[in-house]
Amino acid sequence: MSQATLAIRRISGHPGPAPGEGVERDYQVCKLVDTTTCIGCKACEVACLEWNGYEFTDTVFDNSYQTMPETTWKYWNLIKFNEHEREDGSITLLMRKDQCMHCADPGCLAACPADGAIVQYTNGIVDFQQQNCIGCGYCVSGCPFDIPKFNPATKKMFKCTLCVDRVSEGLEPACIKSCPTGCLHFGTKDDMKDLAETRATQLRENFGFEKAGVYDPAGVGGTGVIYVLHDVTNPEAYGGLPKDPHIPWVVRFWKGPAKWIGNLGMLGGLLGVTLHYLRVGPKQVDPAKTENGGQP
Amino acid sequence: MSTSHVVSSRPAAREPEGVILRYSLSERVHHWLAAFTYIYCLITGLAFWSPYMFWLATLVGGGPTARFWHPWFGVGFTLSVFWMFKMWRSDMVTTDADRRWSKAVKYYIENEDERVPAAGRFNFGQKWFLWLMLYGVALLLISGLGLWFVESIPWSLRWLRYTAVTVHVVAALATIGGFIIHVYMSTAMVSGSFSAMIHGQVTTAWAKTHHRLWYEQVTKGTSAKR
Repeated sequence: MSQATLAIRRISGHPGPAPGEGVERDYQVCKLVDTTTCIGCKACEVACLEWNGYEFTDTVFDNSYQTMPETTWKYWNLIKFNEHEREDGSITLLMRKDQCMHCADPGCLAACPADGAIVQYTNGIVDFQQQNCIGCGYCVSGCPFDIPKFNPATKKMFKCTLCVDRVSEGLEPACIKSCPTGCLHFGTKDDMKDLAETRATQLRENFGFEKAGVYDPAGVGGTGVIYVLHDVTNPEAYGGLPKDPHIPWVVRFWKGPAKWIGNLGMLGGLLGVTLHYLRVGPKQVDPAKTENGGQP
Repeated sequence: MSTSHVVSSRPAAREPEGVILRYSLSERVHHWLAAFTYIYCLITGLAFWSPYMFWLATLVGGGPTARFWHPWFGVGFTLSVFWMFKMWRSDMVTTDADRRWSKAVKYYIENEDERVPAAGRFNFGQKWFLWLMLYGVALLLISGLGLWFVESIPWSLRWLRYTAVTVHVVAALATIGGFIIHVYMSTAMVSGSFSAMIHGQVTTAWAKTHHRLWYEQVTKGTSAKR
């Protein structure tokens, strides 16, 4: 979704600075997902499809509430249902709305080789620009949350846009608008963090969830989607939410030092053969060998 | 010019006076197939490698087109390298002459060729280049499949995604190093090699200068008039 009205902070595969680099003009936008008040109704999934113009795909029945195993290129928002055994042996259902986390330090953008295929607006939204996408799938390797998905028909990558087309018009994302319990909130990052911490404190002090806390992983610079979890020490229980997500070090190395080492190596090779030619020149056929048959 | 060399897989001593067949038509075709597919992969690969070289993708029709064809050309390059390996494997075995040659490689580089021991059909550097490309392309193919079908690698095995990236980069850079030296030597440093890969022929003087053992081998049994 191209949003020309939004200033851009980071551009993938871009040789040179981004126009909005270092600009602190905008508020950072943020979704707050309170997993403790989610009832798993999937209204957010429907709203996402409706707003973004996709139809339902076939569901998979696996003896649980889970309608499909993971998000797809045209199913950006999925509640993950997880049966969890408490310490006392009783069972609870953990439900987490899974979507793009809109990392402050996005691994997809770091890995992307195509100029302008992934941008980060100054309001923090990370957005794929399909007209620039070459469909290489590097973002799949860069993402610590396994979010970007490939559309085999158009050979472009897709994911949640954080409803950038609504947000840039002053509206809240479609999923937020549809939530019947109010477990989804939308606002500035600061406000959402305040609200999340208040709720986590309430859970700890009034409801006996001693490990309740806010999931806003520092490894990716914080995220544009934050969770309140009953047990923040075990995010994996919520459908594989990584405990300490960060851009894979291979991707960091590949896009950083390896680039310089490789480029210097290639340049050195070209320079080396040029200098060699200037210094010793070509090998000539020994004229003495043109005569006198095969004998030395 | 006779056409006998077209059908013979090994160079025959039936060229005009002073000329020897060095590469058969089949050898030349496979070499240029490999060259064409490699250069395509190089241009598009460099485009994906660095934002400062992404413009290279426009040379071949833009980013999405480059991304679509890069793996297929890679498969083509793999096949042509394997074919060259099949054609030349008996010529590419390391011999005692190679071991002597490699000890004197310093003089070869310095163009002090009178101090370099005689080489067979391929010298040790050429053999080394084939082995580099063969192992390189094997790694590029395996890791390339991982990049090509990255979503088929399950999340639980995601270390394979990262390994594929690393191996592809390292192997590509290694082949680029060999490629730079190969192109330099065959077009600029060793006069006559480029035309040998085009026309298939070298002069007897060229053969005697650069590949004495091979020259003696292919002219053995024929009259000593050459």
